[in-house]
Amino acid sequence: MLGHYLILSAILFSIGLFGALSRRNGVVILMSIELMLNAANLALVSFSKYLVSQPVSGQAFVLFILVVAAAEVTVALAIVMEIYRSHQTIDVTNVDLMKW
Amino acid sequence: MSGEVVYLVFALPILSFIIILAFLRPLFKGRPKVSSYLGIALTGISFVLSLLLLLGVYSGKDLAASPLLWLNLGNVDIKFGAIIDGLVAIMLVVVTFISLLVQIYSVGYMRGDPAYHRYFALVSLFTGSMVGLVMASNLFWLFAFWELVGLCSYLLIGFWFDRPAAANAAKKAFIVTRVGDFGLLGAVILLFTQTGTLDIGSLHILATSGALAGSVLSWATIGILMGAMGKSAQFPLHVWLPDAMEGPTPVSALIHAATMVAAGVFLIARMYPLFEYSPNLKIVAIVGGFTAIFAATMALVMNDIKKVLAYSTISQLGYMFLGLGMGGVSVGIFHLFNHAFFKALLFLGAGSVGHATNTFDMRQMGGLGKKMPWTFACFVIASLSLAGIYPLSGFWSKDEIISSASEEPVLFYMALVTVFFTAFYMFRVVFMTFSGSYRGEKEHLHESHKEMVIPMVILAVLSVFSGFFNLNGGFAHLLGETDVETMGIFEVLSHPAAIISLLVALLGIFLAYAVYKKQWLSAAGLTRVFYPFYTLFSKKYWIDTFYEDILVRRFLVNGVFEFFSLFDRYVIDGLVNGAAKAATGVFVFFNYFDHYVVDGLVNGIGGAAKSVGKSLRHLETGQLQLYGAFIVLGIVVIVMTIFIVEVLV
Amino acid sequence: MTNGLLSVAIFLPLVGAIIIALLPASPKLIKNLASFFALVALGIGLFLFFNFESAGGLQFETRVPWIPQIGAYYHIGLDGLNLHLFLLTLILGFLVTLISRDINERVKEHFVWLLVLETSILGVFSSLDLLLFYVFWEIEVIPMYFLISIWGSGRKHYSAIKYVIYTLFGSVFMLVGILSLSISSGTFDVTEIAAMDSSLLSQVLPLSTTFLCLLIGFAVKLPVFPLHTWLPDAHTDAPTSASVMLAGALIKMGGYGMIRVCLGLLPEMAEKYAPILLSLAVVNVVYGAAVTLRQTDIKRLIAYSSISHMGFVLLGIFALGEVSLVGAELQMFSHGMITGLLFAITGIIIHNTHEREISKFGGLAHQMPLASTIFIIGGIGAMGVPTTSGFISEFLTFFGAFSAGARIYTIISLLGILLAAGYILWLIQRVFFGPLRPELASSPDIKPLEVFYCAVFIFFIFLIGLYPTFLVDIIRPAVGLLIG
Repeated sequence: MLGHYLILSAILFSIGLFGALSRRNGVVILMSIELMLNAANLALVSFSKYLVSQPVSGQAFVLFILVVAAAEVTVALAIVMEIYRSHQTIDVTNVDLMKW
Repeated sequence: MSGEVVYLVFALPILSFIIILAFLRPLFKGRPKVSSYLGIALTGISFVLSLLLLLGVYSGKDLAASPLLWLNLGNVDIKFGAIIDGLVAIMLVVVTFISLLVQIYSVGYMRGDPAYHRYFALVSLFTGSMVGLVMASNLFWLFAFWELVGLCSYLLIGFWFDRPAAANAAKKAFIVTRVGDFGLLGAVILLFTQTGTLDIGSLHILATSGALAGSVLSWATIGILMGAMGKSAQFPLHVWLPDAMEGPTPVSALIHAATMVAAGVFLIARMYPLFEYSPNLKIVAIVGGFTAIFAATMALVMNDIKKVLAYSTISQLGYMFLGLGMGGVSVGIFHLFNHAFFKALLFLGAGSVGHATNTFDMRQMGGLGKKMPWTFACFVIASLSLAGIYPLSGFWSKDEIISSASEEPVLFYMALVTVFFTAFYMFRVVFMTFSGSYRGEKEHLHESHKEMVIPMVILAVLSVFSGFFNLNGGFAHLLGETDVETMGIFEVLSHPAAIISLLVALLGIFLAYAVYKKQWLSAAGLTRVFYPFYTLFSKKYWIDTFYEDILVRRFLVNGVFEFFSLFDRYVIDGLVNGAAKAATGVFVFFNYFDHYVVDGLVNGIGGAAKSVGKSLRHLETGQLQLYGAFIVLGIVVIVMTIFIVEVLV
Repeated sequence: MTNGLLSVAIFLPLVGAIIIALLPASPKLIKNLASFFALVALGIGLFLFFNFESAGGLQFETRVPWIPQIGAYYHIGLDGLNLHLFLLTLILGFLVTLISRDINERVKEHFVWLLVLETSILGVFSSLDLLLFYVFWEIEVIPMYFLISIWGSGRKHYSAIKYVIYTLFGSVFMLVGILSLSISSGTFDVTEIAAMDSSLLSQVLPLSTTFLCLLIGFAVKLPVFPLHTWLPDAHTDAPTSASVMLAGALIKMGGYGMIRVCLGLLPEMAEKYAPILLSLAVVNVVYGAAVTLRQTDIKRLIAYSSISHMGFVLLGIFALGEVSLVGAELQMFSHGMITGLLFAITGIIIHNTHEREISKFGGLAHQMPLASTIFIIGGIGAMGVPTTSGFISEFLTFFGAFSAGARIYTIISLLGILLAAGYILWLIQRVFFGPLRPELASSPDIKPLEVFYCAVFIFFIFLIGLYPTFLVDIIRPAVGLLIG
């Protein structure tokens, strides 16, 4: 049964990865990253359920990730907002402040 | 009288030397005569003491002087002591007597010389050293005094050191005699090593007993002979003596005629037992015989009166060697004894003439017989004696030598020819100097001072009578010879060798008379007839030229020594400097290496990192998604790698 | 009490040097102080000399641990091998303070270095510990470097550097030898090493290598052909005081080292290499004399003559005879006095005439009679004329070497005295005889003080010449013990 969860998780992760690499809109990229995080969460709880005798540990990880993701998204959105203010766009291909 | 007196004979002249140098020279600057008086007084006492010693030895007293330990070297030691025997006593008398007369003569001759003190100090030192040489009982001391008389000779030849010729002659004399001393020192060391003693008496015993024999004895006598040849100016070491005439004439009389040059003869006589038991006595005779005729030929053509006398001295010393080699100690030493008086007289006479005319060139003289009657008379007596005219002293000793040489025909005829030459050149001098008319430029010629004349007269008397000393074999007895042929004063004229040599001598005198007095034969004509010989003789057989120009200057100084010097400068020092340069070069290389290689490596790593970074930074596009793609790519690569590794391993 | 005095004598000049260095004093006072310290040291040295028991072996010994972990001691003492050299150094040390009284440039430093030099040479001669010996040996280079390069003349910097590099080159080898000996034996003490069996000494390096290493160090100093070319340069360009010290005392360190270390510690090796060294001795004598004859600079000529005379020392040492060694030891003292005198008087002549090319001299005996007489006396000594120390020391060397079996070498070396007569007399003729050159007509003769110090040299030249027993009786027992 673990396999099903993991396949689902992999599909979710792949969708998120594809979105993060291919979309230009900063917000969409953030959403895609959230998708990947959740794929990971799904994998974690599945492992926790099927492989570990004390399933709490896996769930504790997931809860942490949720919290951290929330905080992270907040910061990320703030950055996106700031970029929009300065560049009048949220298209990440136009933002190359870290170029050499 | 005890034998220790001999030390006093030695010490007094040395004392005179020290007092003159230390006190009289600084304190009596204005009164130089003080030095001469002191020297004469002390030498006079020495002479009297020597005479007493001679009388003591003659009367058969056993005189001995106890030696003093001077240096202890463990197994061997060196003692300072004196031998007192007939030989020593005779030599002491000759040395102190001639020295005394020469000093008296010098009072007149050296008058007004600024270095008067120095002159008398050196003559005193010479006298003391010569006495030391004669009396030494130990070969070490004999050699030491041997060198010291050489030093005195050097200092006195170079007495007028501002004349380049004198300075040169002094140097030449010392160095040439040192060539001989090289052999003598070698012989001394050889004998010391082989026998452990240098005591002359012990060496005699060792030689006569056969303990000292074979090649050691042979080499030792050759070394001693070398020393004697150097000192006594025998061929081929004769070249220094004629040049030594640059010294003051009284010095020539004392050192270069009567005493020091005879030291070689004395040395051979002193070491006679060694020569007797070695095969080298014949060599002594050959060297002497050859030198006698060889030097006489050069005396024939010299125009400088002192040079003639110098070559004559060499020739007569050759006679003495011949006498020693053929006849024995007494034959050689008797001639030394007689020769000392008449040759000293000849030199003093030449000095007197030179003093009057300011030159020694006989071509600038002539007719002096009337102006200087005393000098003339003395000079003629000495010349007759030297020529070997009966019954003057030279006749007796020369006759002994010639008759002893009769065993060897070649040497005998050489000696006879030499007699002819001797008579000729001496009377050539007499006629050129004293007869005819004066050819020089100096005016108011007059006889010398009385302090110069008196010594000459004394010597003239001795030149007549000293030969009678051996009439009854007294001289030979004194030298320890037992069976001596005695000759009466008239019997000798029945002796064929004596008659022949007398006739030959008279012939020589007659020839000189014919050429230089009566001019029946012209000197220039003779020169022309014998032109090759004349050139050969007057150029001194080119031996001086050979030594000085070719051997010393060209071959040694400018050849071998120059080579060594250049070798030192360019090869050895060149190597050193080259090594230093090479080291510097290596260091320069290290410097570059350090700068470019070691430091270059360090800088190179940095630079490489920089340039790699420079090109790789172009990957940093700032495109967020590209970075993401790289991450994914990285992960994929890692996973794939792990997967592949796991599958393969 | 007397044992401590030896250390006092060694270090007194150094103390003097420190006091002079720290004291603000006028040049005159500095000169007087330097002479004073050297004189007191000389006085102590003479006191020791006269209290020395000639057959008593090592005396005035001091032996305290210095670096006990490696077996190094402060061990000094005197015996017949070094007593006279010690005395020689003290005499010369005093005389050079008088000789350099006309130095007016950087006076304080000059005298400080002179005194330091004296202490270091005294240390070398009295050390009985190889490490101590080496330390003193090396210290000596420093003052000499400064003396040559500051107060010298001509190519002084070149000569000073050449001297230092040569010496250090030799020292490196010497240090290797010393270390090899001391590591094998576990001690630096000469007397202890000498008592050991030689088979114990070859643990680090083979004995012959050790011997040659030590020898090279000493050969540079003596100097031995072909390691000699520093000597003419250094002597020629050094100031008079340094030349006197260099020729008089310093090069004797080489001969002394050969006797004390090479011969004393490795006698079998000395015997093994004797033929080579004797050949070098002959080369030194003849070649040195030959090159001397070609010199055109008066000081350089005397410097080269030292090479020839040191050949006699080498001959005496490696003939390995008792008498020959006595001769070599005596020759070192004698040469110190004779060459010291020649350099001193030459210094005066050069100073007074402002000339040093032999060809520019002539007739000086008229202008400077006293100086000429003194020079001629020195020359007579150098020629080895009897009554001078040169004669008896050369005679003993020749006789000793000949009787010890080195016959051919001795005979060839006899040529050395013939050549010596040549170069000395030729020099005298060119410089002093002949007509006076007008350029020299204003040169003053020597002053009373100069006469005084020359007289001291002359006194010793004739003392040894006339009464050699004075030193021979001290040297002979020690030499006997050494070669036993």
